[in-house]
Amino acid sequence: MKKTYLDHGATTQVNPDVLEVMLPFLGEFYGNPSSIHSFGRETKKALEEAREKVAAGIGAEPREIVFTSGGTESDNIAIRGVARALQKKGNHLITSAVEHHAVLDACLALKKEGYELTVLPVDEYGMVSAKDVEAAITDKTILISIMMANNEVGTVMPVAEIGKLARERGITFHTDAVQAIGLLPLDVNDLSCDLLSLSAHKFYGPKGVGILYVRKGAKLDVFNFGGAQERRMRPGTENVPGIIGMAKAVEVVVADREKRAARISSLRDKLIQGLLKIEDTKLNGHPEQRLPGNVNVSVKYVEGESMILSLDLKGIAASSGSACTSGSLDPSHVLIAMGLDHQLAHGSLRMTLGTDNTEEEIDYVLEVMPEIVARLRSMSSVYTGSKKE
Amino acid sequence: MYTGKVMEHFTNPRNVGEIENADGVGEVGNMKCGDIMRIYIKVNDQDVIEDVKFRTFGCGAAIATSSVVTEMVKGKNLDEALEITNKKVAEELGGLPENKMHCSNLAADALHKAIEDLKSKRNQK
Repeated sequence: MKKTYLDHGATTQVNPDVLEVMLPFLGEFYGNPSSIHSFGRETKKALEEAREKVAAGIGAEPREIVFTSGGTESDNIAIRGVARALQKKGNHLITSAVEHHAVLDACLALKKEGYELTVLPVDEYGMVSAKDVEAAITDKTILISIMMANNEVGTVMPVAEIGKLARERGITFHTDAVQAIGLLPLDVNDLSCDLLSLSAHKFYGPKGVGILYVRKGAKLDVFNFGGAQERRMRPGTENVPGIIGMAKAVEVVVADREKRAARISSLRDKLIQGLLKIEDTKLNGHPEQRLPGNVNVSVKYVEGESMILSLDLKGIAASSGSACTSGSLDPSHVLIAMGLDHQLAHGSLRMTLGTDNTEEEIDYVLEVMPEIVARLRSMSSVYTGSKKE
Repeated sequence: MYTGKVMEHFTNPRNVGEIENADGVGEVGNMKCGDIMRIYIKVNDQDVIEDVKFRTFGCGAAIATSSVVTEMVKGKNLDEALEITNKKVAEELGGLPENKMHCSNLAADALHKAIEDLKSKRNQK
């Protein structure tokens, strides 16, 4: 059976060019970059070249790049680090209700430790308002963390505006840009951010490696202790093959971003329009301010996991915000924050497109979806029949 | 994560639908959790379940347990039907993932409610 991968928001396939540059560092070049002998010097040189590439890709300086194990670690180092470093200045943090759990739960943990936390609401499209951010700022605010684009519904946040607000007031601004790189223009100076998190496997790089951009002068306390790697912000021997691969991935996705984003957007729009032709469906997320690859619809009267299983039987990989697939008893916190009722939240279907998707694949999805929905509705205890009948 | 038997019941569910003038109807679950199962039963004058149907909103486990419980109960009398438990339903499917045991494994409860419904209707007569 032909397989169709529409879960690029979960992870992506490693780009062949990325794999190629990694392989020597899993073989011949195995030195520890901290060693002073020739083996170490070889990998150290490659590591620093990778840092330069990453920095160039996001408008940063090489010394502002900290290599981490991924988005979750980057978010935690940033949020906990700032909160601790600036606790003499204030104790108030601002984030939003639709952040990734790596941000939201890190903030909630700090709240338990005694910090004041404002979790901003979002509108029906999952959008955070810069005005709400401004209104929430107090003289005790030390950190604002708002994601660049939402991972579930694809809503693109006004982060440049929020960054400017924070900058004018001398408040540290962190953004989780894990879903955005390679799809949206991303320059740390345009965003006025002090900290920014990235994860290689979301942009055709390997798993287990990420980036924390730390603007020169930003203050962070550290929680892990060990060697002097990554300016002590992330001690431990570097994941050299991963970092080399990630730097190549940054180079690749930034170079052809506009062309790729335009192509993916047109597939996305076709998929959205096709899915919305199914009766009693609803688009989740913003109709325009939306990640190029994100499709998220709620299908009334059916539950998300049963759609995912049905699609999987047809070779199509997708995801859902239903409780069954969120790994907890509750449906997606993002959809609930947007005001969806439980049925629509459980009935959500996310398809995230990437470089490898084709128009034929979209046609195939649109061919099988109506049958899948009709079958599940015919079994559903809450389905009351088609309005057309 | 699901056994072959769960997927088989999910793909080809038995006894989907409703019974008009059912002798008993039982519904369990709620939309907050994302599972709502409804089971309809029809019994003959020897209290044997002659026909049983279900409708379920829910995940793969919810649909498969609903389907298999209808298969297990058909032709059984009411006392035998009451001996079917959620645990037995899960066993019949070759097991369910741990996280599904409590939220989606409610089909036997729906069956028991349908039997309760039947009994209370009889008492009213």
